[in-house]
Amino acid sequence: MKTITILCTLLSLILFLSIDMQAQKYFTREAKISFFSEAPLEKIEAENGAGTCVIDFESQQMEFAVLIKAFQFDKALMQEHFNENYMESHKFPKATFKGKIVDPETIDYTKNGEYEVKVEGKLTIHGVENEISAPGTIVIKGEGIQVKSKFSVAVKDYDIDIPAVVRDNIAKTVEITVLGDLEPLK
Amino acid sequence: MHKILILLSLAFVLISTAQGQDDLLSLLGEEEETTDYAIASFKANRVINLHSLENTSHGVLDIKISHRFGMINSGWYEMFGLDAASIRIGADYGVTENFMVGFGRSSFEKTYDGFLKYRVLRQSSGAKVMPVTLALFSSMAVKGTRWPDPARENYFTSRLYYTHQIIVGRKFSESFSLQLSPTLVHRNLVETEAEAHDVFALATAARLKLTKRIALNTEYIYVAPNQLSEGYKNSLSIGVDIETGGHVFQLHFTNSTSMIEKGFITETTGDWTGGGIHFGFNVSRVFTVHSPGN
Repeated sequence: MKTITILCTLLSLILFLSIDMQAQKYFTREAKISFFSEAPLEKIEAENGAGTCVIDFESQQMEFAVLIKAFQFDKALMQEHFNENYMESHKFPKATFKGKIVDPETIDYTKNGEYEVKVEGKLTIHGVENEISAPGTIVIKGEGIQVKSKFSVAVKDYDIDIPAVVRDNIAKTVEITVLGDLEPLK
Repeated sequence: MHKILILLSLAFVLISTAQGQDDLLSLLGEEEETTDYAIASFKANRVINLHSLENTSHGVLDIKISHRFGMINSGWYEMFGLDAASIRIGADYGVTENFMVGFGRSSFEKTYDGFLKYRVLRQSSGAKVMPVTLALFSSMAVKGTRWPDPARENYFTSRLYYTHQIIVGRKFSESFSLQLSPTLVHRNLVETEAEAHDVFALATAARLKLTKRIALNTEYIYVAPNQLSEGYKNSLSIGVDIETGGHVFQLHFTNSTSMIEKGFITETTGDWTGGGIHFGFNVSRVFTVHSPGN
């Protein structure tokens, strides 16, 4: 009985300590989220510098949110149509991602460096939620960390309606780039 | 003692698992509220003839071709107006986000016009709340037709017309926008003494969005009585906006022939009840000349 108790205590202590060591959450409100698509007639690209992101390395969970209206286009009319007709940002003001690093063992938190990881989770755009999987890079550098990712989504997966007259102007897939410098969340 | 230790260890395990946050973003606390400006209250910077509360965006050149056929009551011989045409070719440019200029030439009375439009207030919600958009508009028109009586002494200033407008409007919902424009038209030369040099009018315009890309527009301009001579009517226009990518097509029926303020406000002769209306269209194509962000 005594040994069991000691074991239990040790176990819980180890668990507690290990959690404490790794219970590190990082965040940013200035993640750069941009997208790019190229069709024969029209190149569409926009950038948003105000993505919010929190990553919890204890649970390997991460969350991103970005305001659709904050995407900046070179062409003002394109920006208006993006909000009004395609993304309907008055109805769906945000795009979000909730996911998890599936191979956290590749990251050595104690050493500065770049670590390639795989992230899986739910991407919600235009009110439609889809399971996605994307490659990402986590850069450990001193106090902060940097996250990078590039992946593609299909416009039709998110119920974004493209009228026949402009179908040739709009690409069917869009490449999304994420770049965030995160600092520890206290 | 043992029991306490077991309980404690259990508690630790429980606490540690409970730490797995369900909603990480909520850890950042309340988000800072942003200002959300109303966009696309009208599809274009014109409702039909009237200027809408919209501005041409900074760095954007908007080429407009506006066309009115003849009057529908002109009958078969004129193919119900399709044989005749009145046209205005113009260009608008957004100098800044809130200031735009424009220029045009109309075949009707061979008139040149130029205007300035400045948005003073912009409808917004969120961090900064503003219930309406308010813009100031001033235009000048130069009538180019030859003098009816070249023998008498004619002055260039007699060709000039000025219009000043305050445009106040609100996008009430995604589908409905309404605006009011108190207007003053000044005419340097009028035909008879009974006509006013300064004509006061109140213009109203509304938009009802039918689908994502099609909207129904109406505008009506009330001219206060005893300013114009008999035979001039208030301008009433009804039309649809059809938007395709970089173009906006505006198709409409209107009892006004002219497409500039001094004309459609003070010189409308068509009578809706007698079929005195024109079918017409405006086509707008925008070009991004300069990208302010870069």
